[in-house]
Amino acid sequence: MPTLTYRDALNQALREEMQRDPDVFLMGEEVGVYQGAYKVSRGLLEEFGPQRVVDTPIAELGFAGIGVGAAMAGLRPVIEFMTWNFALLALDQIVNSAAKMLYMSGGQIPMPIVFRGPNGAALQLSSQHSQAWESWIAHIPGLKVVAPATPADAKGLLKAAIRDNNPVIVLEGEMLYNVKGDVPDGEHVVPIGQAEVKREGTDVTLICHSKTVTTALKAADQLAADNVSAEVLDLRSLRPMDEAAVLESVRKTNRAVVVEEGWPHAGIGAQVVDIIQRDAFDSLDAPVQRVTQADVPMPYNKHLERAAKPSPEKVVAAARRVLYLDE
Amino acid sequence: MTATARSTKDTAQSELWRRLLRQMLLIRRFEEKAAEAYALGKIGGFCHLYIGQEAVGVGSLAALRDDDYVICSYREHGQALIKGVAPGAVMAELFGKSTGCSKGKGGSMHLFDAGKRFMGGHGIVGGHIPLGAGLAFAIKYRGGDQVCLCFFGEAAVNIGAFHEALNMASVWKLPIVFVCENNRYGMGTAFERVAAVTDVVEHACSYDMAAAVVDGMNVLTVYDATRRAVERARTSGHPTLLEVRTYRFMGHSMSDPLHGVYRTKDEVEEQKARDPITQLAGKLKDEGLLDQDAMDALDTEIRDEVEAAVTFADESPDPEPDALYHDVLAD
Repeated sequence: MPTLTYRDALNQALREEMQRDPDVFLMGEEVGVYQGAYKVSRGLLEEFGPQRVVDTPIAELGFAGIGVGAAMAGLRPVIEFMTWNFALLALDQIVNSAAKMLYMSGGQIPMPIVFRGPNGAALQLSSQHSQAWESWIAHIPGLKVVAPATPADAKGLLKAAIRDNNPVIVLEGEMLYNVKGDVPDGEHVVPIGQAEVKREGTDVTLICHSKTVTTALKAADQLAADNVSAEVLDLRSLRPMDEAAVLESVRKTNRAVVVEEGWPHAGIGAQVVDIIQRDAFDSLDAPVQRVTQADVPMPYNKHLERAAKPSPEKVVAAARRVLYLDE
Repeated sequence: MTATARSTKDTAQSELWRRLLRQMLLIRRFEEKAAEAYALGKIGGFCHLYIGQEAVGVGSLAALRDDDYVICSYREHGQALIKGVAPGAVMAELFGKSTGCSKGKGGSMHLFDAGKRFMGGHGIVGGHIPLGAGLAFAIKYRGGDQVCLCFFGEAAVNIGAFHEALNMASVWKLPIVFVCENNRYGMGTAFERVAAVTDVVEHACSYDMAAAVVDGMNVLTVYDATRRAVERARTSGHPTLLEVRTYRFMGHSMSDPLHGVYRTKDEVEEQKARDPITQLAGKLKDEGLLDQDAMDALDTEIRDEVEAAVTFADESPDPEPDALYHDVLAD
């Protein structure tokens, strides 16, 4: 199986879907001539031309809305935000236009559109460029939300998103673009709404998505050194969420830690904890722990930044708490 | 021109005038009934009437083909009726019934009929202007010769979405006509109190776009101006901004009194003297194309049509309870 970076896996998904369906086009800032701010769209302008790889002005609200309008007419736009931090300006179009169009038109107007771009903190970009948006966006009925952690999932979930007849939010990990992994050639579609066990274990479940999958896998390695067998469950989709997979794992391990890059208050982890307490309460041997970003805006200083982010050490500490190993 | 050709042209023109009069009257009578139904509690939520502004929707839509797109703000009952949505389906939607054009899910502000290319009814001021540009983008992407007519009020001009959409429509040469219905008040705020540039049309200069100021109380003027703009969009793909100066005779919504505290009764009365329906009816009478009996007959016919729409809405069922969960996501 070929080894690709996460970036090139996304590129492959875009290229293949644009080859497959002439209604698919890519629109966003710097996607064409510049080849993509993160080079996800490298080579696409040359292959598909400026009609299908459309450079926009810096006007997120405007071009997100143009994408929604094009989808109303039956095209399948892929709207790239240079980062999700800038997509905040387009939230009206995502939430009020895209997510509600089918419902408030009485089922007449489907919305086959993808909004994608990097999400979560990178390195030393301070407060405005280091945010994880998943709990904001996963709150909205009418949207689907995916957050791939590996190159294979990046390709498979983006292909599924482009083929979906609903607005799909693809949250790409800003720190994952250079990560390499095996990626199946050609037709590789990961169904939206299916979590995946990335590492099997029996003592505790580490529930994570996107970049925190890497964090959890490192933590699982460290825990193994102490003879703790951690299962790493990658949610992959945040809406719909694979509740069955969460429950199955927690019923097996009886303990859980939820890891995310977002803030703790009303975060994705809060939703996961709700699923567990509602339907697996009797299986729990300890209260569920959460590891999140510190409840502060992201600082610039690298030591403070490290202290703010989830880390393998924080996940190990949380796992030891749910296992009562430190009493 | 031969006598026959002249007479054919005259016939076509008088047919157009009669059609425009009929359409304006349909909207007027429909909206009057909607106001009654609102007072009776049959219509809930916000309900923004089009009374006074009929010439804008009627005149501009007369310049369209069936396969052209129309997208509107939340004051869109009139455009929906003229684009071909059945009066019964519009009234039923206002009543929240399952037979409504949005199955009772949208209400007054979210009328849709995709088959008629009536693309809504949108509730966030200015938010749908980029959507209109997106419909035009899709037309161009597919190499079609349709156009999109995008309606919004003058208050939307202060929103960023307006400027972003006009810029991209001009840069990309999208076949769209932006129809700004300048009724002078954004809810209760007079435009000149909140806009540095009070001639909306001047904004077109910033985006290198064709533009015109149009008398929105004269349906024929609106028709002519829109026809030119639509022709430009259809043949060259260039967008146009039309500032159509109009006036609403009613409050902003049904919860707002007739003239409120932000405008005087005298001002409203003065504007009512320019009633677009009276103007066109007078013209038809002057030209000997419509006498009072014919006018009365037309009015009766339309009142019956609107009454039938109300009956249809009244007798239609509410959505089934499980409709709550339908159409959140497509298959």
